Amino acid sequence: MGSKTSVLRLQVESSLAMRVASPFQFRGRRIVETVPTGVPRIDLQVGGFPRGSLTEIYGPTCSGRTSLLVSALASRTAASEVCALVDAHDAFDPHSAKAAGVKLERLLWVRCRNVDQALRVTDLLVQGGGFGLIALDLGDALPHMVRCIPMQVWFRFRRAVEHTPTIFLVLERETTVKTCASLILKLHAKKTRWSEAVKSTNEISRPHSLGCLLYGWKIRAEMIRSQAKREDRSDAGFGTEIRRNIRCSTADERGGQRQR
Amino acid sequence: MPFASIFVPNFWLQAVVRAEPALRERGLVLIDGNPPLSKVVAIDEAAVQMGIEIGMTKTDVEQFAGAKILPRFPAQEKIAHAALLDVGWSISPRMEDIAQDTIVLDLSGLTSLFGAEKDIGAHLIQRLKACGLDGNVAIASNIETALIAARGFAGITIISPGEESHCLGGLAVRVLSPSNETAEILDRWGVATCADLACLPILDLSERLGQEGVCLHARARGESTRALLITEPADSFEEEMELDDAVEELEPLSFLLGRLLDQLCERLKARSLGAASLCVRFKLQPSFENAVVIQEAFRTEKQPGRYEKQMQLPVPMRDSKMLLTLLRLRLQRHPPDAPIQKITLTAEAARPRVMEGNLFLPSFPDPEKLELTIARIVHVVGEGNVGSPSLTNTHRPGDFKMQRFLIPQEASPINSGCGRARHRADEHADGTIPASFRVFRPAIPAKLALHTGCPTRVAFQGLRGEVSAASGPWRTSGDWWQEDRWQQDEWDLEIHFQDTVERSSSDGFHPNPGIYRFYYDSLRRGWFVRGVYD
Repeated sequence: MGSKTSVLRLQVESSLAMRVASPFQFRGRRIVETVPTGVPRIDLQVGGFPRGSLTEIYGPTCSGRTSLLVSALASRTAASEVCALVDAHDAFDPHSAKAAGVKLERLLWVRCRNVDQALRVTDLLVQGGGFGLIALDLGDALPHMVRCIPMQVWFRFRRAVEHTPTIFLVLERETTVKTCASLILKLHAKKTRWSEAVKSTNEISRPHSLGCLLYGWKIRAEMIRSQAKREDRSDAGFGTEIRRNIRCSTADERGGQRQR
Repeated sequence: MPFASIFVPNFWLQAVVRAEPALRERGLVLIDGNPPLSKVVAIDEAAVQMGIEIGMTKTDVEQFAGAKILPRFPAQEKIAHAALLDVGWSISPRMEDIAQDTIVLDLSGLTSLFGAEKDIGAHLIQRLKACGLDGNVAIASNIETALIAARGFAGITIISPGEESHCLGGLAVRVLSPSNETAEILDRWGVATCADLACLPILDLSERLGQEGVCLHARARGESTRALLITEPADSFEEEMELDDAVEELEPLSFLLGRLLDQLCERLKARSLGAASLCVRFKLQPSFENAVVIQEAFRTEKQPGRYEKQMQLPVPMRDSKMLLTLLRLRLQRHPPDAPIQKITLTAEAARPRVMEGNLFLPSFPDPEKLELTIARIVHVVGEGNVGSPSLTNTHRPGDFKMQRFLIPQEASPINSGCGRARHRADEHADGTIPASFRVFRPAIPAKLALHTGCPTRVAFQGLRGEVSAASGPWRTSGDWWQEDRWQQDEWDLEIHFQDTVERSSSDGFHPNPGIYRFYYDSLRRGWFVRGVYD
């Protein structure tokens, strides 16, 4: 029995000799370093974004995905790190990012036209290395297009960022990274907060007054998977609130003016 | 005070071989002068063995099978001379440019840096070889002796103080560069070597040959002294190559560019500099060279086309492979529209980046590698789509410009890093995060139903929705004095779509219930969706 095992072991080792140095060597569990997401409540639950791993954030439109991403970018750029954003459908808004505290001069923004371009660009950035955070924004990509991405792409990305201080964030509508991700967060929107109470849509003839202001909206995050916390799913979600910067009516003679 | 002289024998030929190494020892013959009076001015060893001599006419040389006849190439000679100067400056900043093929260096105080004089000589020979030249090096206590020894002896020659006359004695008088008249007189006298000249009485020599005789006598004895006329170092580096056959494909062009870049980087390395910017210029084949000329009378001399590309580098670089890749990517994006006849590469030099690592700062991409990565990304997504966004000083909605991405200069970690991170954490202590916005580029046309001036229903991209809450109008206008003025009324609308089933549109946009920003463009008289809060 023992000799059979050793023969088998030898065969496996010889067949993998060119690819894996020592296939039967025990690999100890890696201690994952995490960094703040920029949202204290999420940090409390998930422990932050893991370095050297893939993190997937998914949810429908208006679920706060972009706000969480921008918050992470603000956090990393404030820590003097250089970040990269691969924008698959050119949806990034520098104005709101600046307002959220992102140091734009530390952000490399790549505006792509489709998913294919975005993947090629991400591959180049990941191989280049040195970034504190690389975000791949597939938030506006059609789900069936994202589902067509072969699993090996995500494996390759995971392998490329492994043992590096890079945080790899993927933003999507539906989860596709699955087991390649160390952390998966599902977001969905809750109640929107306006300065005035909104009437029922059945009765409306005028759903607001002119003085109505958008204050923000609440989101609910759900941790689907976390390798750092060794939990596959947290039953209880956790919420946070997205705050809308109230518009100001300052005038600038050079650029134009705003008025109510 | 020791001086070193570098002499490159057969300089014209070496300049050509430096640009085209395949011609080395191939029976190369350089001719100069206007045809039919072109005469041989330089030959290599193989040509000597064939029986070719300097002064032969082109017609004579053409009788020898295997001889490669080329004209003199002054541009290559100029570049080879610049390379020779760079070799000198790589050792000492105090250098005199004597001639196209000769330089003199002041070696005072260099022994502590480069070792003994012999080591300095070996170092100079090595640098010369790296720059594609072979030369002689002579080190002596005065300039003239070093110059004569470099011209007279091959390899490295070191002349100790006091032994000048003895060392130079065996050399022919012509190495002292006498005038033709004086050389003839000396020949008639039977003075063949420097030792013969040094033995002559100085007063008698002065009476017969004048001041020139005295100078030659002092040189022959190794006693001539003079001050060094220092040459200022140049900051611009140029390499050039003229092609026999025009090149059209990128692959052979890359090979040639690689060779030029290797030489350029070697010169930069010799001077401990890097290229801050690189300019590539091509002389293109005239477009109509082979075209059928219908009316000879209308034929005009068309100047050959020019192609020029300037490449600003984020940090001074001297890695020829990296520079070649960057150039290749640039040329792939903007290829020249005609075959290339001549290549010129110019680099503006700057001191290379010296950075001390900091344990308290996060790592960031290597600027050289990042430049290459960005160049590759630009190749994928196109120019103008990669960079760092910069907000413009205007209220025009969504206005920004893309800047070249450069890694910012590091500030103190206390001031910029940890301190600000803590500030951000404090900012979000209330558990809220600032809202972000996703932009639809270009804006999507929409139809809105209004009731007493307020939107109640929306329709865009085949979807209809009810407005449950709205904030607006936020009126913006500006640049009324320009053609691209704007005037918009913005609304933040919370929309519940009637069709809850996701319908994919042609451009991949999926409307979901949420808060969208609409605007009415008063100039275009239409409603548009700018984006969505997310």
